[in-house]
Amino acid sequence: MSGALVSIARYRDISGMWIRSSLAYPVSFWTMTLGSVFITGLDFVGIWLMFATIDDLGGFGLAEIGLLYGATGLGIGLADLVVGSVERIGAKVRLGTLDAMMVRPVPLLVQVCADEFQLRRLARIVQTAVVFGWAATYVEWTPLRALVAVEMVASGGVIFFCLFVIFSCVQFWTSDASEFANAFTYGGNTLTQYPLTVFPGEIVKTLTFVLPLAFVNWYPCLYLLGRDDPFGLPAWLQFASPLAALMLVGLTAVVWPAGVRHYTSTGS
Amino acid sequence: MLYVAVATRAFRRYSTYTAATLAGIFTNSVFGIIYSYAYLALWAQRPDAGGYDSVDAVTYVWIGQALLMTVALWGGGTTDDLPDRIRSGDIAIDLYRPVGLLGWYLAGDLGRASYHLLTRGLAPTVVGAMLFDLRLPSTPQAVLGLVVAIPLAVIVSFAVRFLVACTAFWLLDASGPRLLSAVLAIFFSGMALPLVIFPDGLREVALALPWASYLQTPADIWLGKRTGWSLLGGLGLQALWAVVLLACCQLVLRTATRKVVVQGG
Repeated sequence: MSGALVSIARYRDISGMWIRSSLAYPVSFWTMTLGSVFITGLDFVGIWLMFATIDDLGGFGLAEIGLLYGATGLGIGLADLVVGSVERIGAKVRLGTLDAMMVRPVPLLVQVCADEFQLRRLARIVQTAVVFGWAATYVEWTPLRALVAVEMVASGGVIFFCLFVIFSCVQFWTSDASEFANAFTYGGNTLTQYPLTVFPGEIVKTLTFVLPLAFVNWYPCLYLLGRDDPFGLPAWLQFASPLAALMLVGLTAVVWPAGVRHYTSTGS
Repeated sequence: MLYVAVATRAFRRYSTYTAATLAGIFTNSVFGIIYSYAYLALWAQRPDAGGYDSVDAVTYVWIGQALLMTVALWGGGTTDDLPDRIRSGDIAIDLYRPVGLLGWYLAGDLGRASYHLLTRGLAPTVVGAMLFDLRLPSTPQAVLGLVVAIPLAVIVSFAVRFLVACTAFWLLDASGPRLLSAVLAIFFSGMALPLVIFPDGLREVALALPWASYLQTPADIWLGKRTGWSLLGGLGLQALWAVVLLACCQLVLRTATRKVVVQGG
């Protein structure tokens, strides 16, 4: 346990250093942060403009889609803030900087994730929190629903965290294929912005039992909105997000060390 | 001839990274599938939204994925090298060359765009055609129109990206403007949502702006929504923006080179 606390402290040290260095150029920092708010917000502006021509999409209204959008955005936003830098692992392999990290007395994953920590990634969290807050005013809250909402955002963060790490491991084999992971991380985020009723049943089953993206927002939101599962899947799935997140953590704990073991330095 | 040589070298430079290309094709295809289902749901509600039917809408999605990298909608391409060369002073070497800087970078970007069109344009479209019912350009007029429209789309996008990169002459770091420019490009090109289903007023404005050249104009030619005079009008607007923006690039470049001070001895 103390090992984990030390790791968190080291993560804080390294990321704090990157925050101070990014704030050294305030104009650049704030334009980039503002730009990030706009760029992540465009997805929702797109959905909102769709609703100028339609009243519901896949049987869901704008506020309900706002809830889905906000939940998945908060999930990927938290994960991206904490581990977004892991995407750049291929560049570190190419440049040989990964070797230097391996000899330092701090866990490799902590260093890779904290490296080039970008505070401006808060932009996505703020922007999606605004949409989520707006959509939440349409939910009839009960204590249990509030609990499920908290559990949903936490699980969503953990699920995207694991997807970032797992798919970045591909770069230990092919260092220039970083974009492959985007299909699952950012692609997963885009996909879960829509109600899953717009997709065929096979895709929804895959997102439930193979790649558990449906647990990021879909099942918990069905509970928050008091809706029956449109695909007739069991209601307990609406509470199963933490379970799905835990299973992915277990998988990550196997995949990451395997990737690191496979790594061979480019040096001499 | 020299420009052709620059373009072929740029083509070969990008073709080196096979794994990156394959990963990109996969990612474009995944996003294409997601947006296709979302648009099918929208057009199931309003079967004639924006004058498109559902086949047009899904085809539009895949044209968008095909042109995403070709016109470098997110930024990228040869113009991404420019800010670093300005900061490091290597721009002095570019200015030394007995060939115009603008033409040099444009030729390189056209070479890059051809590579991206043939790989990340073509391959996801084939994937899309296997999974969904797509519409192909049906008349020789549409095919000819596309042969002109796609290079014009790349040139307009290049000119915008070049102007953004030139802000580095004054700011030394163009990443802020680059990001804001990507926001405008994604929204006003019709990548976030087809411009044809924008609300009245906003739609007319968006269609007149340079970003409409990136995706909406080529897509409408592909789908046969622009024929005859409308087709020529679309191409004319693209060409007009290309000329105006390239002239701006030349002007900015002339102002910048008069003030540029190369660091070091």
